[in-house]
Amino acid sequence: MKGTIHIKQELCKGCSLCMEFCPKGSISLSKKLNLKGYFLAEFDDKKGCTGCATCALMCPEIAIEVYRG
Amino acid sequence: MKKINSRPASLKEAPFHYCPGCGHSIVHRLVAEVIDEMKLREKSICSLGVGCAVVAYKYFDVDTVEAPHGRAAAVATGIKRVRPENIVFTYQGDGDLAAIGTAETLHAANRGELITVIFINNAVYGMTGGQMAPTSLVGQKTTTSPAGRNPLKEGYPLKFSEVLALLGGSSYLERVAVNNPANIRKAKKAIAKAFQHQKKKSGFSVVEILSPCPTNWRMSSVESCRWIDEVMTKVYPLGVIKEKKC
Ligand SMILES: Cc1ncc(C[n+]2csc(CCOP(=O)(O)OP(=O)(O)O)c2C)c(N)n1
Ligand code: SF4
Ligand code: SF4
Ligand code: SF4
Repeated sequence: MKGTIHIKQELCKGCSLCMEFCPKGSISLSKKLNLKGYFLAEFDDKKGCTGCATCALMCPEIAIEVYRG
Repeated sequence: MKKINSRPASLKEAPFHYCPGCGHSIVHRLVAEVIDEMKLREKSICSLGVGCAVVAYKYFDVDTVEAPHGRAAAVATGIKRVRPENIVFTYQGDGDLAAIGTAETLHAANRGELITVIFINNAVYGMTGGQMAPTSLVGQKTTTSPAGRNPLKEGYPLKFSEVLALLGGSSYLERVAVNNPANIRKAKKAIAKAFQHQKKKSGFSVVEILSPCPTNWRMSSVESCRWIDEVMTKVYPLGVIKEKKC
């Protein structure tokens, strides 16, 4: 199955829980800051995404939207 | 591509004020999802404890009452007794429930009040700056036990759920954690089960949730999740502690 995610930048607090548990290792911490001053999680489409939604399950901020198709 | 997840309807749009990696945020989502899935949004009333989640009324889109510190179970008792048709739950931290609220919680359980307690155990007083709680582990460094909790002076980690399980009025107690995907799924099931017990009037129900407090544990979010697995669950084992037939 193929999936993708969208991270809502204004909600992310850079806690890294999504990256820790993504089975594809597709999310990493960027050097970009949001308005609250948190480093943002960044999704890399090239590493692949199964649409498993593990990242969204872990994200405390409900910042991740998962798409499957 | 189709979107497969969304913010639960029982949570307002307000972004959480909790620290990065805080378990409160995860538990708020789970409680709201269960309320949505069991169609309890118009029926639920939440009695809030005092702690970092003191302002949870900003997030839960159900009726809420702010109880005095520790008294959430007593306030919930009153609400449930006059409105037995509602689903009444408390949302409390370990400082709120297992320290200042010891008497109220214990007697509500012993009377078998038909309420559900969502009990966030993060082994510290989060809101006030990470002081030692009755639930802090032996040797745990906190702002009031800088050399680690010494049981000879400060006693042992209080296993409050195990204490409540001894009482005739309690019907369902389970300890879960929100530190990895599998445990988060189990935590959600436990919350749903507790509400089922309340619906079936089988007695007092508690879901104790081991919940990361990275700020006061002075760990990263990921380290906090590991600490729950490697240290905290050794003192507070996960699983059903008591379940009456209902
Ligand atoms: C009567 C009274 N005593 C003390 C306080 C200070 N106080 C606020 S929150 C808190 C403890 C919070 O700890 P916990 O219940 O574990 O919740 P957490 O913040 O960790 O989620 C205390 C002692 C208060 N608000 N009211
Ligand atoms: S949906 Fe699964 S594979 Fe895709 S980014 Fe999230 S955790 Fe990784
Ligand atoms: S889990 Fe959520 S808040 Fe944490 S880094 Fe990932 S997207 Fe950001
Ligand atoms: S102090 Fe701890 S419990 Fe309170 S919001 Fe921060 S991480 Fe959560």
